[in-house]
Amino acid sequence: MKTYLFASAAAIGLTAFAAHAADKTEIEFWHAMGGQLGERTDAFATTFNGLQDSCTVNSVYQGNYTETMTAAIAAFRAGEQPNIVQVFEVGTATMMSAEGAIYPVHQLMEDQGMDFDESSYIPAVISYYSDTKGNMLSLPFNSSTPVMWVNKTLFADNGVEIPTTWEETVEAARALKAAGVASPLGFGWQSWSMIENYSAWHDVEIGTMENGFAGTGTELTINNPAVVAHLDRVQDMVEEGLFVYGGRRGDSRPQFVNGEAAMWINSSAYFGGFQNDIKDFEFTQVPLPLDKSVRSEPQNSIIGGATLWALQGHEDAEYACAAQFLDFLSGTEQQAEWAQATGYVPITNAAADMMEANGFFSDNPGTDVAIKQLSLNEPTSNSRGLRFGNFVQIRDIINEELEAVWAGDKSAQEAMDAAVERGNELLRRFEATNS
Amino acid sequence: MQKRVVFRHKWLPYALVAPQIAITLIFFIWPAYQALETSFFLEDVFGFNRTFVWLENFTRLFNDPGYLRSFWTTLIFGLSVTFMSMSMALALAVAANRVIHGKTGYRTFLIWPYAVAPALAGVLWFFMMNPSLGIVAYMLEGTFGVDWNHYVNGNQALLMVIVAAAWKQISYNFLFFLAGLQSIPKSLIEAAAIDGASPARRFWSIVFPLLSPTTFFLLVVNLVYAFFDTFAIIHATTSGGPADATSILVYKVYSTGFVGQDYGSSAAQSVILMGLVVAMTFVQFRFIERKVQY
Repeated sequence: MKTYLFASAAAIGLTAFAAHAADKTEIEFWHAMGGQLGERTDAFATTFNGLQDSCTVNSVYQGNYTETMTAAIAAFRAGEQPNIVQVFEVGTATMMSAEGAIYPVHQLMEDQGMDFDESSYIPAVISYYSDTKGNMLSLPFNSSTPVMWVNKTLFADNGVEIPTTWEETVEAARALKAAGVASPLGFGWQSWSMIENYSAWHDVEIGTMENGFAGTGTELTINNPAVVAHLDRVQDMVEEGLFVYGGRRGDSRPQFVNGEAAMWINSSAYFGGFQNDIKDFEFTQVPLPLDKSVRSEPQNSIIGGATLWALQGHEDAEYACAAQFLDFLSGTEQQAEWAQATGYVPITNAAADMMEANGFFSDNPGTDVAIKQLSLNEPTSNSRGLRFGNFVQIRDIINEELEAVWAGDKSAQEAMDAAVERGNELLRRFEATNS
Repeated sequence: MQKRVVFRHKWLPYALVAPQIAITLIFFIWPAYQALETSFFLEDVFGFNRTFVWLENFTRLFNDPGYLRSFWTTLIFGLSVTFMSMSMALALAVAANRVIHGKTGYRTFLIWPYAVAPALAGVLWFFMMNPSLGIVAYMLEGTFGVDWNHYVNGNQALLMVIVAAAWKQISYNFLFFLAGLQSIPKSLIEAAAIDGASPARRFWSIVFPLLSPTTFFLLVVNLVYAFFDTFAIIHATTSGGPADATSILVYKVYSTGFVGQDYGSSAAQSVILMGLVVAMTFVQFRFIERKVQY
């Protein structure tokens, strides 16, 4: 089956494609973009279907990232897998190691005779998603990075300066609290924003073996003094009432939208939603705060978001269609349009240039913060990203342990020691099943 | 002379029970067997490799303090939900049984919550209790000075899912209690009233014992509900958090299997749950049923 696919995929050309064109091929594209993002994603498929008449892409929303990935895996095991599936960044290690299930995108593009220039992507994206040989196995689609969302009105009304360091952040929070702001600081996706990105931003290792990029024998190191000191600081803020924990993922979003929090650290991709929902104050994005005692200059932040994976087990005509659709999605215009509407970063240099040229960044101050953070410096082995197996589950462990810290049940050191121990056990299990 | 009816065809009785047996085998025995089998393996997510690991999946679970804590959480959760939903339902049923005007209206309204899908019920509670958006959280803070934040406070989170899960089940219990109450002969109660028994006395000495078959049935159903059917409510409100305060056993099966894609461990957990149901049902029928008066 596998050899058949590779052989025929290599042989396929325009002739084979044309032969199938008559009975219009259909392919399935499963994504995890809900709400406004989902409408835009579906719109891409509709536009693509209108542009050519050889094939149809069915764009299907499958639930959140976890649900979509699980659905695709379950479907694969049942032999009903979609042609293309969107998988979030922490699922990358799992997908990469499933060699028999995925059709590497660079390979797919080559087999279908499409142009796929990996160097056209921004470095933070290339470094996160490339395998050890430097090939991109999936197509980057939506990438964001955590920024600090700021309620400008609250800052201006109370005469408080917008902070750039963690020291200033605590000071600003105190001043705002004194002025009656309920819970000045908030954040979401806490493992991503407070640990993974905090580490990258300060060039601190997250796990051994280059954050897992060098092999599955990696171990977590997030119980290091820098991270622990940071979490201690946030815990102190809990006690002073400067930070109120608002739940996992983006559950704390209402804190910022309601004006309870004046600073909210989370993905830049909230831009589109905030533009719709926030009417009674001005907001902007500023770079993540820096802890000067850890590092004098920020390194770079790392991406979150998802890539598109092609799955094995389909017919040639469907692969031709999938390749065309992926090519369409990575087009400069599509990427720029997507980034402008959503707040995801433009993932190709050309898209960033186009947004610059049409004045998007100057018309919307703050929208360039994310891309600047990502490309601040050449990524180091600590800041290029992370690649841990079972990381979806490990993030939940980190969530649990952090919640114990915010509730005052555990010290930051105890919690991170426990997270490392529990996390390493899952890494060993992943190593055992994938080596 | 008694006339004996004999099936002449040897195959007919088998043919008649075959559909039932087939259904049991396909939908119950086979999946249960698959879970049992998977629980002995370590497997990658796509199912390319699997290694037989004997009982490693089980020993890991019992060496995991988090898993053992989950037993306690489940026990507290299960008993509280059962007690709360059954006592509330009984109180409502007794009250509704006395209503004379607008009987049907009351009953219909009391049955409504049962028609709400569990996931939807979860979302409703999520919105009502949300510390920033929720109306109940707002009232708790304004009226009683309770600082409600179930994202941080594990006890509050557990309380919330208990109330939400119990609320969902009240209607079901109500229906059965009401039917049970209506089948109690009026003459018994009237006789007791003539003898001068107070309404409370009449309830505890006559009505409650006569309701015991219904109560026992509901006890079994409610415990099973609390242990296994409350997944959607927890998924929609707390996702098992904060920390692991609301992570009951059945939620752990989901999070290990579907979020973590660790099928071996997830299967081992379902096997343990299966054992638990068998044990629970055995205890109930062996010890509690004896006290039931039919």
